[in-house]
Amino acid sequence: MWKWLHPYAKAERAYQLCNTLLPYFTVFTVVSLVVGWIWGLAYAPADYQQKDSYRIIFIHVPSAILSMGAYSSMAIAAIVALVWQLRNAELAVVAIAPVGAAMTVIALVTGAAWGKPMWGAWWVWDARLTSELILLFLYLGVLSLYHAFEDKKSAGRAACILAIVGVINLPIIHFSVEWWNTLHQGATITKFDTSAIDPSMLWPLFVNIAAFAGFVGVVTLIRLKNEILQREKHRPWVRDLVSRG
Amino acid sequence: MNASHSYWQLFYAVYSKDLTLAFRQRAEIVNPLLFFLIVITLFPLAIGPEPALLARMAPGIIWVAALLSTMLGLDKVFRDDFNDGSLEQLIASAYPLPLTVLAKVLAHWTITGLPMVLMAPVFALLMNLDTQLLTATLLTLLIGTPLLSFIGAIGAALTVGLQKGGILMSLLVLPLYIPVLIFATSAIDTSSMSLAYGGQLAILGAMLAVAAVMAPLAISSALKVSVS
Amino acid sequence: MLEIKSVTCVKQERCLFESLSFALDAGQIMQVEGPNGAGKTSLLRIIAGFANADEGEVIFQGHSITQCYDDFAAELLFIGHKTGVNGQLTAYENVCYWLDVHGYERATNIYDILAKLGLVGLEDVPVRTLSAGQQRRVALARLWLNNAKVWILDEPFTALDKRGVVMLQQQFAQQLSRGGAILLTTHQDLTAHFSALKKVVLEYRH
Repeated sequence: MWKWLHPYAKAERAYQLCNTLLPYFTVFTVVSLVVGWIWGLAYAPADYQQKDSYRIIFIHVPSAILSMGAYSSMAIAAIVALVWQLRNAELAVVAIAPVGAAMTVIALVTGAAWGKPMWGAWWVWDARLTSELILLFLYLGVLSLYHAFEDKKSAGRAACILAIVGVINLPIIHFSVEWWNTLHQGATITKFDTSAIDPSMLWPLFVNIAAFAGFVGVVTLIRLKNEILQREKHRPWVRDLVSRG
Repeated sequence: MNASHSYWQLFYAVYSKDLTLAFRQRAEIVNPLLFFLIVITLFPLAIGPEPALLARMAPGIIWVAALLSTMLGLDKVFRDDFNDGSLEQLIASAYPLPLTVLAKVLAHWTITGLPMVLMAPVFALLMNLDTQLLTATLLTLLIGTPLLSFIGAIGAALTVGLQKGGILMSLLVLPLYIPVLIFATSAIDTSSMSLAYGGQLAILGAMLAVAAVMAPLAISSALKVSVS
Repeated sequence: MLEIKSVTCVKQERCLFESLSFALDAGQIMQVEGPNGAGKTSLLRIIAGFANADEGEVIFQGHSITQCYDDFAAELLFIGHKTGVNGQLTAYENVCYWLDVHGYERATNIYDILAKLGLVGLEDVPVRTLSAGQQRRVALARLWLNNAKVWILDEPFTALDKRGVVMLQQQFAQQLSRGGAILLTTHQDLTAHFSALKKVVLEYRH
C-alpha cells in the first residue's frame, strides 16, 4: 500500500496524476451521460402505474447512490490521510465533500419532486429520504468545520476526523432510521425495488449511475487540482506552471 | 516517571479536578438541569395539558430536552483547559491521552448526565407518566446520557480551538445523536404498550460500549488537531 | 539528545523558517532569538510535538518524536505562554494536579518550594486572585519538582521580578548540572550567566 501510494504523496505527482486521469473521466462522463439520459428519458418504456413521472429515477437513484458513495470515498481518503499522514488525501477529502453534498441535495430535491405525484406531498418522512437528509447534515458538518478553521492544515485534519466519525455512524443512523420508519408507519411505500424493475429500465439506470460516478470523479479531480495548487502556491513547481501559462 | 504511579491515579486526578471545579461553580451543574426543566415545562404550555397527549409525547420531549441540555455543558468540557494551557500539559504527559479524555468525559457525564437521571422522577411526574414508564425513562437515560457525553465530546474536541465553536458543535453533534434518540424514545414507547423493551436497551448498551472504546481515540486526535 | 532536522514551518501562507537544523545535547542550554512574529513559539511547539512541521522531523534519542511521542513526553517539561495553571484552583492544588497527571509523586516539599517562590500564605487561595507574576511562579514551581531531561520554556521570565529571574537562572544551572537540556525563548540576555549558551536566530521573513 505504502509503496504504491508513496510517489503520489508528492503534491506535484498527484497533480500530474489528476491531469492524466481527467480527460478519460471527462470523455467517459460525457458519453455515458448523453447515452444514459437519452436512453432513460426518451427510449425506456413508461411505467404502467406512474407513467412518465417515474423517469426521475434516472436522476434520483444515481445521485442518491453517489451521495453515499462519495461519503465512503471521502471517509477512505480521510483514513488514508490520518494513518499515512498524506496531505494529498486530506485535500481529496476537502475536494469530495461539496460534490457529495451536491449529490445529496439533488437526491433530496428529486426525491421530493417524485414524492409529490406519488404521495401527494413534497415531503414524507420516508426512511430513505430521512437518511438522505441526515447525510446532508453530516456533509454540511464536515464542510462547515473545514471552513471554520483559519489554519487550513488543522482544518483538513479536523474534517478527516469528522468524516471518519461520520462513516462509522452512518450505518447505525441508516439502520435506526429504517427501523424507526417501520415502527411508525407500518407498511412503508417502497418506491423502488430492484428485483421488480424491468431490464429495459434497469440498463439505462446502470448507465446513468456510471455516468454520475464519472461526473463526481471529474468534479473531484478538478477541485483536487485547485486545492493542490492553492496549498502549494509558494512552491517552485507551481510558479513554473503559472509562468508557463 | 514513577512506575508505582498507576493509570488509576491519573484518571482520578483528572476526574476529581473537573468535579472540584464544577462544585466550586455550582451554576455549571444547576444551569443545564434548570434548562432541562424549563424546556420540559414549555411543551405542555405549547401543546396543551391533556394527560393522554402529554403521556404520548413525553418520551420525545424528555429526550429532546436531554439532548439539548447535554449540549449546554459540552462546550465547557475542553474549553477551559484549552484556554489556560492545561490541554497542552495533558498532551505532553507520558500517559495515554485517551485515558485522560475518558476521565474528562465521565466527569462531564457526572456533572450533567447523572443529575438528569436522578431528576427523571420529577419530570415523569410533570409529564404524567406511571411507574412502568418511569422505569423505562430512567433506564434509557442511564444508558443513553453517557453515550451523549461520549459522542458530544468528539464535537467539543473538534471545535475547542475555534472562537465561536458552540453553534458549530451542535451542528456536528446533533445528527450523530439521532440513533440514540430513536432507540431511547422507542424503548419508552414500547414500555407504554407493556411490551418488553430489552432489545432497545441492549442496542443502546452496545452503542455505549462501542462509543466508550472509539470516542476517546477520536477525541484525542481531535484535541491534538485543535491544539496545533 | 534532541535533534532538529531540516524543519520547515509555513503559517498563514508565510514561511516562518525553512530547513532549520540544530542539535541540543545533554547539559546544554539553547536560546531561540528573533523579533516578534519570527516563529519562535511555532518552533518550540513543533519541537514539543504539539504542531507538525511542514517538512523535516524532530529526533529525540534516536527516534522521531511523531513515532514514539509518549517516550518523549515522559522526558519533556513544556511551559508555554499559556501555562496550564487553572485560575479556580489554589496554587497547591495546581501543583499537585500537575504532578499527578505527569506521573510524579506528590513531593513532601511542595509548600517549601511555593514558599521559596514567594508564595507564602498564598498557597490556598484561588490562583486567579494572584498577580500575573505570582501566577507564573505557580507554573514555574514545576521546574523544582520534575526530573525531565528536556525543558522547553516559552518566555519563562515574563512578568517575573529580578529576584524571580535570578532564582530561575539558578534552577537552570541545576538542570544543566544534572545533565538536562534547556531550550527557551527570551528577550533577556543570558550570555553573562551561561557561558556555553547556544543560540538559534530566527529572522523575520516576508
